[in-house]
Amino acid sequence: MEQVIANGLYLGAQYALIALGLTLIFALMNVLNFAHGQMYVLGGFVTYTIYGQLKLPFVVALVCSGVTLAVIGGLMEKFLFRPVVRRSKREESTMLLAAATAFFLDAVMLLLFGEKQRGVPKIISGVFVSDRLILPYDRILVGVLAILMIAAFMFFMQYSKPGRAMRALAQDRVAAQLMGVKVERYSMIGFALGAMLAGVVGGLLVSITGVNSGIGGPISIKAFLMVMIGGAGVVGGAIAGGFILGMMESVGLTVLREYGDITYLVIFALLMIFLSIRPHGLMGKPWG
Amino acid sequence: MRKTSTNTLRVVSAALFLVALLVAVPLLINATGRSDLYYTLTSVALLSIISAGVWITFYIGRINIGQGAYALMGGYVSAILVMNYGMSFWLTLPLAGLFCAAASVLIGLPILRLRGVYFAMVTLVLTEVARLLALALPITNGASGIVSIPLPTGISLFGITLVPDFATLANPRLAFYIVAVLLMALCFLGLYRLAHSRIGQLCQSLQQNEELASSIGVNIAYLRVIAYALSSFLGGVGGAMFASISQSIYPSSFTVADSVNFMLNCFLGGLGYVLGPMLGTFVLYFGWDLLFQTGEFQLLIFSTVLIVLMLVLPNGLLSLALPRKRGLER
Repeated sequence: MEQVIANGLYLGAQYALIALGLTLIFALMNVLNFAHGQMYVLGGFVTYTIYGQLKLPFVVALVCSGVTLAVIGGLMEKFLFRPVVRRSKREESTMLLAAATAFFLDAVMLLLFGEKQRGVPKIISGVFVSDRLILPYDRILVGVLAILMIAAFMFFMQYSKPGRAMRALAQDRVAAQLMGVKVERYSMIGFALGAMLAGVVGGLLVSITGVNSGIGGPISIKAFLMVMIGGAGVVGGAIAGGFILGMMESVGLTVLREYGDITYLVIFALLMIFLSIRPHGLMGKPWG
Repeated sequence: MRKTSTNTLRVVSAALFLVALLVAVPLLINATGRSDLYYTLTSVALLSIISAGVWITFYIGRINIGQGAYALMGGYVSAILVMNYGMSFWLTLPLAGLFCAAASVLIGLPILRLRGVYFAMVTLVLTEVARLLALALPITNGASGIVSIPLPTGISLFGITLVPDFATLANPRLAFYIVAVLLMALCFLGLYRLAHSRIGQLCQSLQQNEELASSIGVNIAYLRVIAYALSSFLGGVGGAMFASISQSIYPSSFTVADSVNFMLNCFLGGLGYVLGPMLGTFVLYFGWDLLFQTGEFQLLIFSTVLIVLMLVLPNGLLSLALPRKRGLER
């Protein structure tokens, strides 16, 4: 049982970070970023190249993943999403754009890195063993790093000036603009930040599960699940959704093992029931 | 008077288009000897039927990325009925549609209360669930799928053969092509009627403001379930047809990528136009096929073109030709 909970917490920390980026972009731009999973994979590949191929320290690789994705996210917002949001008659048009960018990133990664599963050497070896719990040290480290990053992100959103501006934007775009918040600038920063989070998680996880160019779509789906559980556009909701999904996955894989691969079926059925009671998730606002 | 003349014009042009598809295209294909085009065009016709279903959900203001689930369901229902119960394919075609419609009512009742991205995300997950279900259920035969489904048999009424047995035909591809085109014509005719009927107007009111519509007495819960059921019906019929053409169905026959593509078809054609899904499907499918020669750069070029198209024409291809047409725009 302790093992299951520990696994759930570790998974949940990863998932929460992924969901945070997605929900941030959604809150600021009202864009459902289909390419989020692809950004995650790209972050993984950057870390793979720098840490696995060039043999530079893991931290450097992680920072590079974050910076690369932040730049890509910022550019995407400025040159792709902003013009389309401005000119399109229906805001759903951004979904086509997001899907197209997802395809684009997939294609680029396939060309650059091929379709093989890529892994990197362990960051720390060794396994923590007690009488009830077996956890490799690198998992513990990655989990702790993820939780630290979530905390840092929340502090940033809560107390820094850009964080405050972004929260204002998420609450009411027009009102924020009237109060002198530079809407365009902070939209871009927000998009870059969301993309960066995806990239950093990708970099973190490449050291454990490895990465291949095909997993972007499934990761996006998981991120959507978490955002639905917690409520779209709410930071607390994304974190809660991430931990809940991680826990359910961990418990489901153990409890439902003898019935075959039906964990996700059960999760989805539960989600349907949950959503028919609370259509906006745990903490979502009644819009979106 | 002007109205009737434009109406006649529309009927005539639609009839001409249909004749061109049914007569001119086969003649051209015969002349050039490129009979592989039959399969491509049949796929376009069927995919546009499935996409038309997505378009209906767009018409009530919902983003539906779950159409692949119903296409898969329809394919499996038809395949199982033909293989296990020996039914005629032509009977299973409407049955598959009805089964999907019934399932969509059950699924739709809770999830249609969601809006915007929430609905989009739930439907996206639905596709994945359909795939998992197909893998897990015993009747669908897991990952190996259902293969070597027999070709559709003939229909005869009072001794007159209405539809010949496909297995005896010299060119079943042509037969499938004709069936698909007829189905597509039927589907878009119905869609046109729907969009211009009272229900269509009501659906538009749903798209613009559900609360307002409900406050003036529109039964929104009923309408959106009906629209969703219709949409799933089309998805099921299209999927059943696909299973029959390829004579096989696997859990991976319709995946999340397909669901997203159905949505893209609608977007690309233009959400405000009934013919949008047809044009979008045609352009996307042929564009993808043409790019096949570019090999590994296929996806790269394809997605770049999509992004550029989106930047230049954010309201769909048809907004170029019919800029002033009374559409869905507010």
